[in-house]
Amino acid sequence: MSASLEPIEARAKPVERPPESALRRFVDQNRAALGTLAVFVVMIAIFMAASPTVFMHWPIYDSVLVTLPVALCLVAPLVFVVTVGEIDLSFPATMGFSAWMFALVVHAGLSPFLGIVAALAMGMVLGACVGALVVTAGLSSLIATLGMNFMLRGFIMIVTQGKSIALLELQDSTAATLLSSEVYGVPVQIFWALAFVVFAWLLFNHHTFGARVRAVGDNPDSAGQMGVNVARVRILTFVFVGLGAALAGVFSTMVNYTWWPTTGDGYLLPAIASVFVGGTPTWGGVGTIAGGAIGALIVSFIQSGIVAAGLSGFYVQFFNGLIIILSLLGHRWNQKRFR
Amino acid sequence: MGERLIELKNIAKSYGRVFAVGGVNFHVDRGEVVGLLGDNGAGKSTLIKMLAGAIQPTSGDILVRGKPEPHWNAARSRDAGIETVFQDRALCVQQTITRNIFLGRESANWLGFLNGRRERAEAERLMRDIGFTSKVFTPDSIVGQLSGGERQGVALARAIYNKADLIVMDEPTTALSLTETEKVFRFVRTVRAGGRSVLFIGHNIHHVFDIAERFVVMDRGTVALQATKEEVGSAERLIAYMERLAHPQGVEIPASPGHRPEAAS
Repeated sequence: MSASLEPIEARAKPVERPPESALRRFVDQNRAALGTLAVFVVMIAIFMAASPTVFMHWPIYDSVLVTLPVALCLVAPLVFVVTVGEIDLSFPATMGFSAWMFALVVHAGLSPFLGIVAALAMGMVLGACVGALVVTAGLSSLIATLGMNFMLRGFIMIVTQGKSIALLELQDSTAATLLSSEVYGVPVQIFWALAFVVFAWLLFNHHTFGARVRAVGDNPDSAGQMGVNVARVRILTFVFVGLGAALAGVFSTMVNYTWWPTTGDGYLLPAIASVFVGGTPTWGGVGTIAGGAIGALIVSFIQSGIVAAGLSGFYVQFFNGLIIILSLLGHRWNQKRFR
Repeated sequence: MGERLIELKNIAKSYGRVFAVGGVNFHVDRGEVVGLLGDNGAGKSTLIKMLAGAIQPTSGDILVRGKPEPHWNAARSRDAGIETVFQDRALCVQQTITRNIFLGRESANWLGFLNGRRERAEAERLMRDIGFTSKVFTPDSIVGQLSGGERQGVALARAIYNKADLIVMDEPTTALSLTETEKVFRFVRTVRAGGRSVLFIGHNIHHVFDIAERFVVMDRGTVALQATKEEVGSAERLIAYMERLAHPQGVEIPASPGHRPEAAS
């Protein structure tokens, strides 16, 4: 009874920090992305078992690699917007609109590279407009961006009267060789898209901008009190989506040498779904670029995979939905939300 | 006393027609610990949020080292050497300890890319300085995993990182244990010993009396008293003063529950 007042530390050994292994740290920091990767591996395994002849040969992968770059350019910036706590549904129209600028410049006989610059500038301006509506005017991003999507698409339809633009000038141009040819049978766009994803990953994880995007999405009041310009960070995420959409628009126009007034329309739901399948949660503050990229790969594969596996096209929607729900359940179990 | 670090001249903040702070003159000199007291709703938090640049005053001037600051905001406040430990700690709980310590003040190269290794080492050192007892946490630990006292430690680490001239602490000991409270006091003494100033807001008058050298008592949006420790004399006299402030005619025990005087709320 006499020594009961002596400090606990003197009797018990202090808790030692467990030895830090690099692998452990990597797994901890990339839980969501690794989960998405597991989903992808399981999915491919099922496809291979169902239809080995198709999935053991290159053409199926080649077809995915043509559509994937467009999706990657959209998904990587969308992760920023979702992480900052907003949503952007206007990117399909921004994609169509920027690609339209590209098509007009090329059609006028100017350099395709000038067209790309024009498209990127247009995309960023449109992104800034959307951002201003959401942040400065204070509208709900869900509704405001949906409205912008309809409005911009409607504007395109009114002006072009629904007519497409054929860009035969692009054939054999330097720009086409650089941006939409094949090297050793692999579509070259995929390398550009991967470079863009790596850039986005660096920006998200190792740049002041990404750190502030996460902080603002986590707790905008705290970020503001610590001197972060919350409105600016939010608007810049929309500008980045505009940039990605413009890039996606250029790629999709380059592949077909044609611009359609509907360019981008089909990407709305697949791109949004890829973000969440990839493991970026809806509540903001955390996100994963790598997961989003793998999510885009999963979503692109479902379509061609299901048909190639011998099921009729009617199954595509069902399996699309099934994969989304199963991934979300998986992430719910894999990730913990801190409050 | 040393140089006049920061001065608020006739500062007011109103929400519509309600004045949270109405015409306050207030200053902090270099190297002093000022205790800011007052009942709930006296305007203490509004005052320090204006100091931190988190909210804009409706009228009045802010002077830093004698120079007027017309475009005052949170970033300017931190650049001027004022670090604030907010009542809610202003942490991003899904981010790492390192990210929270460097929130709004990232250590980056000229292209804006983070200097991760340096930030991590610095965070580790700061946590040790503050006295993070639990060794199971690393600079990469998510703040949401930490206890209340440890979270306060992260907020304090952030405040001392930049060698600020004035550290403002809004009720830093609320909801902390006795040992954690002692840690906060040790922190204030260390900061004071380094020749820096502290503005300490608290409800526990004994705590504030112990730690501060000068007292500012606020009442319903105005400054009711500014006095040094010698002038006040003892914590009991300060408590008596504040009780008189709250109930000028003394507290009457109502005879029956139906008869409740308005002052006793």
